[in-house]
Amino acid sequence: MHLSKKTKFIIYFILILFTIYFTAPFIYMVFSAFKTEAEAIAYPPKFLPSKWHFENFINAWNSQPFGTYLFNSILVTVLTTLGQVISCSLVAYGFARFEFRGRDILFMILMATMMIPWDVTMIPQYMEFNMFGWINTLKPLIVPAWFGSAYYIFLMRQFLLSVPKDFEEAARIDGANAFQIYLKVFMPILKPSLILVAVLNMITVWNDYLGPLIFLQERNKYTLALGLAAFKGVHSTKIIPMLCITIIMIIPPVLTFIFSGKHIVESTGGGVK
Amino acid sequence: MQKSIKKITPYLFILPWIIGFLVFTLGPLIFSLIMSFYNWSLTGKPQFVGFGNYIEMFTIDKQFSKSLIISLKYAAVFVPLNMAIALFLAMLIAQPVKHTKIFRTIFYIPSVISGVAVSIIWSWILNSDYGILNYLLSLLGIKGPKWLVDPGYAILAVIIASAFGVGSMMLIFYTDIKGIPSTLYEAASLDGASSFRQFFSITLPLITPTLLFNLITSIISSFQQVTLVMLLTGGGPLKSTYFYGLYTYNNAFKHHKLGYASANAWVMFVIILILTMLVFRTSSSWVFYQSENAKNKKRRKP
Repeated sequence: MHLSKKTKFIIYFILILFTIYFTAPFIYMVFSAFKTEAEAIAYPPKFLPSKWHFENFINAWNSQPFGTYLFNSILVTVLTTLGQVISCSLVAYGFARFEFRGRDILFMILMATMMIPWDVTMIPQYMEFNMFGWINTLKPLIVPAWFGSAYYIFLMRQFLLSVPKDFEEAARIDGANAFQIYLKVFMPILKPSLILVAVLNMITVWNDYLGPLIFLQERNKYTLALGLAAFKGVHSTKIIPMLCITIIMIIPPVLTFIFSGKHIVESTGGGVK
Repeated sequence: MQKSIKKITPYLFILPWIIGFLVFTLGPLIFSLIMSFYNWSLTGKPQFVGFGNYIEMFTIDKQFSKSLIISLKYAAVFVPLNMAIALFLAMLIAQPVKHTKIFRTIFYIPSVISGVAVSIIWSWILNSDYGILNYLLSLLGIKGPKWLVDPGYAILAVIIASAFGVGSMMLIFYTDIKGIPSTLYEAASLDGASSFRQFFSITLPLITPTLLFNLITSIISSFQQVTLVMLLTGGGPLKSTYFYGLYTYNNAFKHHKLGYASANAWVMFVIILILTMLVFRTSSSWVFYQSENAKNKKRRKP
């Protein structure tokens, strides 16, 4: 399909307008993070700092135990991702490659759980974790991930359904059992799906605020998202340190997306129909 | 023996989810329904109050209906607006022009950023004393409102900040639009259909299932919106952005009225169910499903 020059011009014009809306806040934020506090709240605002204060980042980072928060965030992100990838692939394999009694009903229940608002389950979950003695530990954030997540299971199942039915026949004739087939035959071809789920989970968990807010109490247990929000509460008058930490906080998900964008783009929407 | 092992094998594979479902979803779901009939505080013995919590909500507690209306208002504006922008952007980056990949990445990036970060960025940009947005508006001769301080504008500020994450929905529309066979458009072009006409006669009908999916998921998520309001406005000023999700959260974890908050949550659940059912009910008249055969073919495409 060919577009006329005029149409192309209009399309680019609109694309660039939206690019400004989506990027200008970041660019302006990065420049401002190097300003002095007075410069940052000066009116009329200046776009560039008059002098680049690189030490802003170091000062901001050292003003709170952000190293600890970062460590907690990484710990939770890595352990939940591992859990999701393992549990969701097992469950998806079970749903996609076997016929058994109650399968369709169970799968419908799984899909329906996505509609339950978090608000309904959060209070009993809080009490449950309290009973286990898990409040103010990272366990409530990590352990549930090892039991799978409906959306990720759904994505992987869709992928596995697209594999031809007799795909594992050869391995089965060679005497491999179901678990060996899962590990040796399906794990390799599931790779794009595994990466997708890992990326989606990493971004979600890294960004999560409500979970840590409810389950964590002491500062040394905070994740970066919770630490930054708490920082905002204390330092609402000081904008520079907040911008510095915000920049540090958004780098990992942005990089993750840029390096794995292909997987996300190719797999999004596949499950919608 | 062999046979019985074979029989339970699939259940072993789905066992993690079954356990998780019972412990982290079904159990809490039932328990929260039970709690909603109790006067249940963090300390002290729970008291059975029957429908007391529900009656209190609908008769005594003025904040309940206020918060419900705020959330409905937000959903009524945000859901269609967000969907329209997402579809518009998806159509743009699906056009046969160069560099669309870069634009696609740029548009998507804000949606991978934490709500905490988004709230900090926007509370700074929307600041009425030194915020850049009002400065830019003043260059155009417009006196910007006090976004986060004026009760009349705070909800608009929340909408602007949430629209920042439009990219994820854009991507869902985009992959769907890309999946439409180009032969359809070619045939329409030959028949002399304008691109405007092509959009309404080919693209729009073919993506109605996705439209339905996005509509339902965004209704659900806009009702649960908490993080952004909590951090951007804190529910204020004058409780003008005291969203239903925040109301429920505060009842539970600030006022420690666990039974009452459970009842709040169940009302939200029922509203979501009703809205979803209504959308599904009407969907048969506007959602267009391709034949089963064509659908399967499409799915198999990598």
